[in-house]
Amino acid sequence: MPVNTSAYRSWGRYPDAPPADAIPVRWRDNLPALDRPDTTMLPYGYGRSYGDSCLNEGGTLLDTRPLNRFLAFDDVAGVLRCEAGVSLAEILAVIVPRGWFLPVSPGTKFVSVAGAIANDIHGKNHHDAGTFGCHVTQFELVRSDGTRRICSPDTDADLFRATIGGLGLTGLITWAEFRLKPIANAYIAEELIRFESLDEFLALTAESDADYEYTVSWADCLGAGAGIVRGQFMRGNHDTFKARAAYPPKTGGSVRFPLDIPGSLINRKTVRAFNTLYYWRQLPKRIVRVVPYGPFFYPLDAILEWNRGYGPQGFFQYQLVVPLTDRNAAIKEVFRRIRAAGEGSPVVVLKTFGTRQSPGLMSFPAPGITLAMDFANHGAKTLDLLESLDAVCRDAGGRVYPAKDARMSAASFQAYFPQWREFAAYVDPHFSSSFWRRVTANAGEGAA
Amino acid sequence: MSTVLIVGATSAIAHETAKIYAKAGASLFLVARDADKLATVAADLRVRGAIRTETYALDLADIAAHPAMLRATTDAYGTLDAALIAYGTLGDQAACEASVDETVREWTTNATSVIALLTLLANQFAAQKRGTIAVIGSVAGDRGRKSNYVYGAAKGAVEIFLSGLRGRLLASGVAVVTIKPGFVDTPMTAGVPKNFLFAKPEAVARDIHAAMETGKDTIYTPGFWRWIMRIIRAVPEPIFKKLSI
Repeated sequence: MPVNTSAYRSWGRYPDAPPADAIPVRWRDNLPALDRPDTTMLPYGYGRSYGDSCLNEGGTLLDTRPLNRFLAFDDVAGVLRCEAGVSLAEILAVIVPRGWFLPVSPGTKFVSVAGAIANDIHGKNHHDAGTFGCHVTQFELVRSDGTRRICSPDTDADLFRATIGGLGLTGLITWAEFRLKPIANAYIAEELIRFESLDEFLALTAESDADYEYTVSWADCLGAGAGIVRGQFMRGNHDTFKARAAYPPKTGGSVRFPLDIPGSLINRKTVRAFNTLYYWRQLPKRIVRVVPYGPFFYPLDAILEWNRGYGPQGFFQYQLVVPLTDRNAAIKEVFRRIRAAGEGSPVVVLKTFGTRQSPGLMSFPAPGITLAMDFANHGAKTLDLLESLDAVCRDAGGRVYPAKDARMSAASFQAYFPQWREFAAYVDPHFSSSFWRRVTANAGEGAA
Repeated sequence: MSTVLIVGATSAIAHETAKIYAKAGASLFLVARDADKLATVAADLRVRGAIRTETYALDLADIAAHPAMLRATTDAYGTLDAALIAYGTLGDQAACEASVDETVREWTTNATSVIALLTLLANQFAAQKRGTIAVIGSVAGDRGRKSNYVYGAAKGAVEIFLSGLRGRLLASGVAVVTIKPGFVDTPMTAGVPKNFLFAKPEAVARDIHAAMETGKDTIYTPGFWRWIMRIIRAVPEPIFKKLSI
């Protein structure tokens, strides 16, 4: 069947690495053959991974979006079971009115459940709840040999661990079950605090982590002086006022980014202007308010296809985590290099990860400070900068997030994830991705 | 809360429409050929809020089995507030041209069996003197095109049948709704390259639900198809027969 394979992009729209074929997976009991000798398989959901971890150039993508059915919802115990392609947006629409919430929310609700597992996503509550994988009770994994494995911490536990954060490489997840968290209503009590320096950010983090379920910061690394960064610290908890449950927040209200523009809207001047405006939108030092969960968790979802703002050449997202140290020299050096290069993005996210361990073998989050930012694709100049950030990250014993990567070297990947050889034993022999081929390209050299 | 019969419930458009009813807390009676797929769809609709779901596996081409299915709806729910007939096959036109059996099979599924089921449903709804019968037709039924006239003729036949039925049931207070979707991005059109004319099944389902709730006579969905089809119907036959559409 002819399928428009050029429609299968990643969120960063870089690289352009179309599959040779894409197969919609419609029914769990009627799967396509996964062991074809002429191609490799990779599950694909909503394409929200930024780089090439969701791409399989010249191979086959298994489009799981038609697997979008709920299977069971125990709304007493708070356990939901659904098919792989159900989006978090659909889950929220069903569970929030019944007093439940996602255990972990990423920055967009337009991701699939299987994608949330494959990337072991994290959110503003990592310091408290860990990753999404910490809340998964079981899932079905179909391997290319036709076996159907029910993976949980107790059954096929090794495959369970390998698949959480396993980038879709261990087989096809067809359904998953996970625990929800109870809420009183659909609102978040949030507090916004302006900070002028990295030290102030770290002090706010230390002060907030115990009492606030959600913390995250927007940071501006171009406009700050000696303080390294300035920005806005956001912390919040689910509102507990039961009577407010009677007022469901209005849904919808999104606009679509209207066009593909030549060049890019995001350059040094616009970023600086945006950051200054964003910084000064908050005149008082501190704002306390109650807001619907949507704008708190998913502010960018209000602009559908915002990634088109970077133009046809696409953009890079870069997220690293480095351990917290006395002087935090590594994160300061990262900021210094970004500023020196004159590159930067309107969305710079800063957060500290907690110590809760994910079951995922290849899970990205680790205790420390994490920084995520966009970079318009200016070719070699941007790639050189990111490579120089990798050098800092490697030296600091940090990691870069594969779900957001399109360019890290095999040597970097293998330094960040020394357990990758152990993981490779669980990769399905008929599954692969552009990312996986790239970061294991020199596997024979034993870079690990 | 309402009770709704959905025939062809595992189709993408029917499932999306059923989700809207489920969210409103309806009780659903779901009919389709494949029992496993039906069970999956039913479980989904229960999670989404359906008070109750009943499933009934049936090959709709088996006309003799229709009465037993309708009796089962009565046994389960007493009366029905609405029925949506949403099954059909987008056959291979070339295969139909080459084979009488293929043409008759297409016709039986898309026309004869639908008309048979409507005959029984009409009497059931006439007797209860209320409710809505909705049928998913197609813009293909508006005019015979050389690229899919077997499918189009079957959909057109059903539309003419519905037009008459609407008049007959008017006095009984029963609404008869003809739904004419344009191109919809569903498994049925999986082999067709998509363009801007293709609508999402969710959007089509919203239109169907709204038309059923308000008892509209005929709707096109998305609505712009009304204007496209008005133009297509207006082309004089000597010209139309030469068009490659």
